[in-house]
Order: sequence, then C-alpha cells, then structure tokens
Amino acid sequence: MRHVMSPLDFSVGELDKLLDLASDIEKNPAKYAHACDGKVLATLFYEPSTRTRLSFESAMIHLGGQVLGFSNAASSSAAKGESVSDTIRMISCYADICAMRHPKEGAPMVATAVSSIPVINAGDGGHQHPTQTLTDLMTIRSLKGRLNHLTIGLCGDLKFGRTVHSLINALVRYEDISFVFISPDELRIPDYIREDVLDAKGISYQEVERLEDVIGGLDLLYMTRVQRERFFNEEDYVRLKDFYILDKKKMALANENMLVLHPLPRVNEISVEVDSDPRAAYFKQVQYGVYVRMALILTLLEVEV
Amino acid sequence: MASILNVGQLAEGFVLDHIEAGKSMEIYKYLNLDKLDCTVAIIKNARSEKMGKKDILKIECPIDFIDLNVLGFIDHNITVNIVKDEKIVEKMTLTLPKEIRNIIKCKNPRCITSIEQELDHIFLLTDPEKEVYRCKYCEEKYNRKKNK
Repeated sequence: MRHVMSPLDFSVGELDKLLDLASDIEKNPAKYAHACDGKVLATLFYEPSTRTRLSFESAMIHLGGQVLGFSNAASSSAAKGESVSDTIRMISCYADICAMRHPKEGAPMVATAVSSIPVINAGDGGHQHPTQTLTDLMTIRSLKGRLNHLTIGLCGDLKFGRTVHSLINALVRYEDISFVFISPDELRIPDYIREDVLDAKGISYQEVERLEDVIGGLDLLYMTRVQRERFFNEEDYVRLKDFYILDKKKMALANENMLVLHPLPRVNEISVEVDSDPRAAYFKQVQYGVYVRMALILTLLEVEV
Repeated sequence: MASILNVGQLAEGFVLDHIEAGKSMEIYKYLNLDKLDCTVAIIKNARSEKMGKKDILKIECPIDFIDLNVLGFIDHNITVNIVKDEKIVEKMTLTLPKEIRNIIKCKNPRCITSIEQELDHIFLLTDPEKEVYRCKYCEEKYNRKKNK
C-alpha cells in the first residue's frame, strides 16, 4: 500500500507513467467510467476548500466510485478533540482510500502511520500540496509539450504558498529548469527551499521584486494568491495583498507562448481582462486536476483498466 | 585520571567521560536514567588535563538497556567506555544520529506535533555536514551548531 505526501514520493519515471495515464483518461473517459465501481473515497477536509475537495469527489465519481467525508473540522469529531490518528483508524473501516486536508503541517503523515488505506495529502498547512503539483505538471506537459528546458516565473506569496514549494521540488528534477521568483521581501521563498533544494542542486534562479522587469523572459508564469489565513495579523495581509496584479498591460510585455497558471481561487492578482487571453491556462488547469486525480486514485488502488 | 574513574567497580555498564562540565544532569535526563533501576554515579567538575573541568557519568546496567545514539546529538566529544566483566571492552565513537525522538521539540506553531495527542517529536538528520535536522512532519529546521 502506498501513500502520497509529497510530489517527490514519485520518481520521474513514475510521474511520467501517472501523467500518461491521466492523458489517456482525458482522451478516453468512457473506458474508465466504471473502473472504481464499489470503491469509496473519503474526503477529510479539516479546513475549507472548494476546488481540491470537489476535484477529488468529481474524480472518484467519474471512475464509478462513491464519496463520503466532511468539509470542515467543525463538522467532524476533531471539534470534540479526536486525534488525527483515531479519525483515520475509523475512516479506514468506511472507505478504500482517503484525501486529507489539514491546517497543521504533517497531519496526513501522522495518518499514514496507522491507516490501513492509502492516504493522499490534499494540502497540509503551508507545507505540501502534491495533487496541485501533479495538476500543474500535467497542465505544463499537456500545453507546453515538455517538462524540461523551461524558465518559470513564480509570483506573489512564495513564503506561505505551499503550491509553489511543491512545484519547485517537482520541477528541479527535470533538465535545464530555471526559476524567477517575483515577490515582496516579506513573502520570499523560505530558506529551506533556497538552501536545500535550489542551492544544493545547483539550480539557476533569481529573486526580484517587479514582475514587469522579468515577464518578457518567461516560458511560464505561475501566479499565487496572498492568502489571508496564512497571516498572523490583518494589517500585514492588507498591506501586501495587492502587491502584484497581472493585467493586460503586463501581459503585453510577455512572449506569445508564455502560459499563465494559477492554483485558484484568485482574488484580484489576475485581472479578469486576462481571462480571454489565449495564454491564460488557469481554467484548463482545473480540468487537468480532475484527470490527474483520477489517475492517482487508480494508481493507489492498483486498479488496472 | 584513570584512578578517579574507578572502572573496576562496574561489573557491566558505561562510563561516559569528557562530558562538558555542568552537562551531566542534562545527559542523565536525555538518557532517561531516572526511569532505570540501576546504580548511577554522577561526578561533577572533575579535574581534566584536556578540558580543565569535566563531568563523568558511571552507569551500572546491562549494555543493551540504554540507547546511546542520542549522545552523538548532545555532544559527540563525549568518550563512551563500555564495561563488561569489570573491564573496558569497547570505546564507542559517537556520530550524529540519523533520527532523534523526543529530544528537541518542533517550534513551528503550525506543525501537527503542537496538537496531536502523544505524538513523538521526531527530527531527521538532513544535512550531516551542517548538522541540520528537520522535523519529520513539517520539515521545520533545527540547526544543531547554532543551537549549541
């Protein structure tokens, strides 16, 4: 039995296989429509999420399986003080696989120690969000045709943005990848990413404050939201949330093949006027997210189609 | 100094020598010696040519009773003499342990260790050269060199 805590749980070869499966699902959805008949997915969401939870549920339903779970801690036994370990022991009796989102970092890993069903980390605090990374990789591979030889700009909240950390960890394993980090000083990438991932692997990167200065050299721009729930006080959030906004004027400086990705939901960091730009790929990303989660569920349940 | 150690009186156990003066009680605590029903001698501020002053711990117990790996994390300059049949049979070299459990606590307020009941605080050695440990759960960094 296998769990997924980080995108690095998969080797590059395994990722290729997973993304190939997701692409096949995209092309032949009917072939997989009953692959998980009789199987149950539990979605254990201790903090609010629309996209990730519904994406998991949609994935399982499209595979013919069923779904149960909770969508916030208040409606679970966690409100009564139940530990993560006890909850997962119980859920193991109800479901065949589970996706867990938790505000505390490392909570899904605690679950893996006692779980008898595969556990997927669906986001743990500011730490990891592997299925978003799989979604991002599939979007890039499908729309760019490759995962190597890319210059990737990451913009916004790079300190608390777990999607950013997970994506960096996944992309450094491919050839000729360089990063441009665009953020205010307060929201720069954490030391452990800079030292243990980028410097340790000799990855080329630069850190800048202005998006306009670097957008012209990017193959890909990954925008992120400045998340209110990651700040300890409202004052810091209000001061920083509007720091970087992508609009038509900035898009005019970008090259014609640059893709814009965003893990969503956006607040105002991408102006709606950009939505009609053919380079805006963030809504396509959502659809790829379902395919890749379907592929992940099949892989972890060891279902052959 | 050898006569001060008086190793001959130990039938089986350990003599931890060259402990930094004043640190013996800390090590007593880390090794959970208070929970063991065995004879422990704590020698504080013994004279040392090498260190000026040092502490020494003598522990009489079966040698598989204590996990000494943690000593490598606390201070790898400690000399560990293993005694059997009243003789020193081995001098153990200490290295940084790959995993430490409940020795340091994760300080990240967002870490699951801050709320989950009876969850061990586990740190893994991620960079032996820089002596960096990271929380198994949230990857919070603990730099042993900076925290000495």
